[in-house]
Parts: sequence; C-alpha cells; structure tokens
Amino acid sequence: MAYDVQTWISLAAYVGGGLAMGLGAVGAAIGEGYTAAQANEALGQNPKMSGEVFKSMLVGQAIAESASIFALVIAILLLFVNPAATSAITASSLFGAGLCMGLGAIGSGVGSGLPGGQACLGIVRQPAAAGKLTTNMLVGSAVCQTPAIFAMVVALVLIFIDYSKAPLYPTWAALIGAGLSMGLSAIGSGMGGGFAAGASCEGIARQPESATNVTTTMLVGQAVSQTPAIFGLLISFVLMFKSHEASTTLSASMALLGAGICMGFGGIGPGIGNGMAAEGAVRWVARNMDHAGELMRIMLVGQAVSQSTAIYAMVISLVLIFVL
Amino acid sequence: MAIEGADIVKAAAFLGAGLAMGLGAIGPGIGEGMAAAKTCEAIGKNPKEAGLLTRTMLVGQAVSESTGIYSLVVALLLLFVV
Repeated sequence: MAYDVQTWISLAAYVGGGLAMGLGAVGAAIGEGYTAAQANEALGQNPKMSGEVFKSMLVGQAIAESASIFALVIAILLLFVNPAATSAITASSLFGAGLCMGLGAIGSGVGSGLPGGQACLGIVRQPAAAGKLTTNMLVGSAVCQTPAIFAMVVALVLIFIDYSKAPLYPTWAALIGAGLSMGLSAIGSGMGGGFAAGASCEGIARQPESATNVTTTMLVGQAVSQTPAIFGLLISFVLMFKSHEASTTLSASMALLGAGICMGFGGIGPGIGNGMAAEGAVRWVARNMDHAGELMRIMLVGQAVSQSTAIYAMVISLVLIFVL
Repeated sequence: MAIEGADIVKAAAFLGAGLAMGLGAIGPGIGEGMAAAKTCEAIGKNPKEAGLLTRTMLVGQAVSESTGIYSLVVALLLLFVV
C-alpha cells in the first residue's frame, strides 16, 4: 500500500490534534479537581463564607483551565489548518506540535490548581487576608502557566513554519525531538511552580503580615523552577532552527530525536525538585519571618544542586546535536 | 534508504544515551529538591543549626546526585566509547 504525501500529513495532523487535546486535558482537570476539593474542605469548616470561597475557587480554576485552552487552540489548528504541503516533513512537524502542546499543558494545569485550593482554605482561615491571598494566588498561578505558554510557542512555530525545503532526513527527527524536548520539560516546571505557589497561599493565611516576604520568596523560587523548561525551550529552538545536514543514515536522525528526549525527560525531575525546595522555603518564611534571608539562601543552594542533572541533560543534548 | 548494521547500532547508542541521561535525571532532581525542602523546614524550626543543616543537606544531595552522574557516564560511554 502506498500513500501519497497529503495522506501522511492529514494522518499526522489528526493524531497530533488528538494527542494535544487528550494529554492537554489531564493536568487542568487534576488541578481544578484539587481546587474544588480544597474549596469543599474550606466550606466544611465555615459554611457561612460560601460566597467568598466559591468566587476564589472559580477564579483559581479559570487560571488552571488556561493550559488546556492553549491545548484546545492547538488541537483545532491541527484539525483545520490544512497546509498545501509538498514534503512529508510537514507530517512530522504537525505531529511534533501536537505532542509538544499536549505534554506541555500537563504540568501547568496541575501546578496552578494548587494555589487556588490553598487560597480557598486560607480565606476561611483568615478572612481579613482575602485580598492578599487572591493577589498572591493570581501571581503564583500566572507564573505556573509559563511552561504551557512556551509549549504553545513551540507548537505554533512547528505548525506555521514551512519546513518543506529542509532535507527530510534527518529534519523529521529534529522536529519531533523539538516537540518532545519542550513538552516533557514543561511538566516538571509547571508542577514545581505550583508547589511554591500553593505553599505561599498557605503561609499568607497563617501569617498575613509575612505576605511581602512570602511572595518574594515564592517568585524567586518559581523563577528558578522555570529554568528546566527554559533549557527545554532552548534545545527545541536549536532543533527547529539549525539547518541540519542532509543524511540518510538512521543514526543522524536518532541523534536529534535522542537530544529532544534527553532534554525533555531530563527537565522533569529538576523542575519538580526545585519546586519542592521552594515550597519548603516559602512555608517556613511564613512561619519564621526573621530568618527569611537565610531560608532563601538555602533554597537557592538546594535548587542549584537539584538543577545539576538538568544541566547534564542539556550537555548531552548539545553533544548529540552539534558534536555527533 | 538502505540501513546497515553498523548504522543501526550507532542509532541505538544515540537514542540510548538520550534515554539514559533524560530518565536518569528525574530521580536526583526530585530527591535533591526534597532534601532542600526538609532543610528549609529544619532551619525554620531551629535557625541556630543552619551551618550543620546546610552541610548535611549538601552531603545528602551529593549522594543523591550519584545516580545522575552514573547516567551521565553511561550516556558519554554510549556516545563516545561503545
């Protein structure tokens, strides 16, 4: 059975669209479920505050939803943008785009549910701090969305840039690798940012006067948690925009695919670990404000060490792309 | 596209190196983060022992790092030696 190029492209676009929305729905659903669960717990403690809690829950869930809305946009684009392509390479770029957005939405969806839930609990615990809690929740969950936004950028580049002039071998592997690198590495950073944001909402509810210190520590911690996703973005851009020398050997293709897989998976652990370190620091800045500086220092040292494996992964990826 | 035996072996080594370093980075990343989180907790409770706690954290993280370094070594072996 021989298929023409257009069949392959449609096949890749539809499978990619399905993966984008299917995987992209996982994270937001979990995150919003967590927010709703915490809101119910908060209502159990004080049913009189149902209006405030309900509002906070909906705002928190709306932000968590945005990751899956990005996935919906990419999925719809993949279903209806029908490129008049002449090369089978478009099939791999569309599939890579779907994979990238689907995986990339998971972490942000889960992560931004955590501050929403903790804000609901916090409003019941400390009604006077509701304003501070809402601000902090909004800032924290907005930062959680950045990995999903990176994933959307990479997916849009893969959909709209015309690669048909590039040599099919090994560029097909570079494009799928670019999707995997960004999509997978976004999982850890999205979740990690959420850990820090959740702990900061909990901390502000416990000690409202620590809000400034807590928010600062949260933002620093979240910024460091984003670095694995930034490494993933970097490797994706290198894979997408470097002009790859034509080579029909299998090994040339697998080197580029391997580089994407390496950076993608390698970003997950450090992203989550950096988030955990930030969570611990934020939680205790709220309880022991006098030692905020010391806690921030230890957090950064711990995060730097936890970051090292992401750097190893980036080095191996760069070796695979440029040396071999 | 004719694929030869040596080419398949090289392709597998490249893919294997990527998988080794990529998957191998997950565990140490999470483990070291946990160690840092608990250290922050302990310093929050007992700031006087910050020096001791930082030292212990770094030693613990160094041990947790070892599997990440094994992955790096295996990846480099797959790329350059095998």
